[in-house]
Amino acid sequence: MTAVVEARGLGKRYRRRWALSDCSFDLPAGRVVGLVGPNGAGKSTLLNLAVGLLRPTTGTIRVLGSEPAAGPQQLAKVGFVAQDTPTYAGLSVEEHLRLGARLNPAWDAGLARERVGRLGLDPAQKAGKLSGGQRAQLALTLGIAKRPELLLLDEPVSSLDPLARREFLQDLMEAVAEQELSVVLSSHVVSDVERACDYLVVLVDSRIEVAGDIDTLLATHYRLTGPRRDSSLPAGQHVISARHTDRQSTFLIRTDEPIHDPAWSVTELTLEDVVLAYMGRSGSGERTAAPALEAQR
Amino acid sequence: MTWLTWRQLRVQSMLVLAAAGALALALVLTAHGLRTAYRADLATFIDQLQFQKFDGFLYVAGLVAVLSAPPVIAAFWGGPLIARELETGTHRLVWNQSTTRRRWLAMKLAVTGAIAVAVCGLLGLVVSWWSSPIDRAVAAGHGSGRFSLPRLDPVVFGARGIVSIGYVVFGLAAGVALGLLLRRSIPAVAVTLVVVAAAEILVPRLVRPHLVSPAVENVVISRDNLQGIQIQGSPNDRTSGPVRLTVRSGSAGDWGLANETVDSTGRVASTLPSWLGTCLREKVGAPPDPSQGTTKTRAPGRDALEPCFARLASEGYRQHVTYQPARHFWSLQLRETALLLLLAGLLVGFCFWRIDRDVS
Repeated sequence: MTAVVEARGLGKRYRRRWALSDCSFDLPAGRVVGLVGPNGAGKSTLLNLAVGLLRPTTGTIRVLGSEPAAGPQQLAKVGFVAQDTPTYAGLSVEEHLRLGARLNPAWDAGLARERVGRLGLDPAQKAGKLSGGQRAQLALTLGIAKRPELLLLDEPVSSLDPLARREFLQDLMEAVAEQELSVVLSSHVVSDVERACDYLVVLVDSRIEVAGDIDTLLATHYRLTGPRRDSSLPAGQHVISARHTDRQSTFLIRTDEPIHDPAWSVTELTLEDVVLAYMGRSGSGERTAAPALEAQR
Repeated sequence: MTWLTWRQLRVQSMLVLAAAGALALALVLTAHGLRTAYRADLATFIDQLQFQKFDGFLYVAGLVAVLSAPPVIAAFWGGPLIARELETGTHRLVWNQSTTRRRWLAMKLAVTGAIAVAVCGLLGLVVSWWSSPIDRAVAAGHGSGRFSLPRLDPVVFGARGIVSIGYVVFGLAAGVALGLLLRRSIPAVAVTLVVVAAAEILVPRLVRPHLVSPAVENVVISRDNLQGIQIQGSPNDRTSGPVRLTVRSGSAGDWGLANETVDSTGRVASTLPSWLGTCLREKVGAPPDPSQGTTKTRAPGRDALEPCFARLASEGYRQHVTYQPARHFWSLQLRETALLLLLAGLLVGFCFWRIDRDVS
């Protein structure tokens, strides 16, 4: 499995604040990667670094084997739908397609036209008059019709209502299936990621908390509930969060091995449980850091 | 890219082209009449022109249009060129097509700059051509009323020849750079307007006089070249006397830079000798308006003053006159334009460097 995005010690500082610190990860090719985290965790910073709109303060990031935005070839290989799906308010849908055709040698005019027709966008309509969902669709069309190898989307559905959200993601999945794209999609809503993605990166407070295949994450994370117990768990079981009442203890753990202790009642977790567990951990300072993260790569 | 730039600039450039076109048309249509009158009688041409209201209006309109086009175009086209993209987030869209940021900037600057240069250049040339009979008559010494400024005069110079091209290119580069730094359109437009207008006011005062070495003359003050005497103090006061003399030198088309009296050591005389006031007062009596503390009189009773000037000359006083002669017009135009283009080049270089950094 080759990596579409490789980061080593990647960090970005705005004046005094670190928006991203010491991130090392590989994002696999041919996947739809969900980048989740609370607002301000550094998701946009990470994607802007990947398209070269920002430059790293520390470390390196390589996208499809090259430095981001290194030249026209590199730009042609990476599609980007930026946050708030910016479009030119004064330009019509038709003119946006023309813009795409003029600026991208590999532009797929047929695909663009077909998408606009299917989505029911009026070519003569000014982008400023489109609804949020239509504008997002137009921005996605521009991103897809340039025929990139990797498509990056920064919170593409954050301003959309639930129905438009679902339609947008469904449409994205179809395009991905047709074109064998690698996709990285950021969102602060886990259900969006659950619907669309098969690989997950959780970014909290400028750091990567966990990264891995979603099926694997679900198959290795459990909730253990049983009589109160303060002592540590077996070596193979990494505690992500622990909660105790007078009588009872609840652990969220990650383990690659089966759980034999009969004292526990074991439940499987939803993706949301996993993500929230990692998010909550960062704030409470119970970070076990390196081993848990390293193992995920 | 050319298409996109034109598409984004379409409305603004149509407005400017319409305004410039209307003025140019009016100038072309009235040019023949002006020329005929000029050829008919040079001596009375300007005096006759005082009564032609429309020509008078066009003369001033031409000055205003050529002088105001660079700041306005620079501010409204240059200021938002990058700032507007940053403001609306569309830089994230357009900089992620298969065209590098630098190429995008190069094309935007080339298309915008070409239209701006064409508008300012053509307007400047049409206005210069239309005004050339007036400018020639003024240079020949026939100027009067509103048509009394030679084309080297700081106000007129900027509206003649090619220097407006320099100002608009410099202004555009300044506007783009300011937009890149301020990241907001309206502040960028406002600051660019101020910067380019300030350049049009300050360059003539501070830079232009030094672009070509001016002509320097030390002349003997005489009744023939005396242009004016400034007298300070009450005329009945014994201590009052002339404080400044000015003399005529060169031709009517020159641009006077300095006109000051120097003593026998060559230093600028801060006060003229006290006997001069007495001498002048004896020869011509009191100045015409005694109520004024400070009055300026124009060469009173020249013949009578001659002994005063003879004594002034014998004591070593000379008039030091510095001026740009009319023949320096084109070398001043070329050097000022070149200087502005050089500044524009530096600003554009900065933009190309800055745009590849973190702008987002």
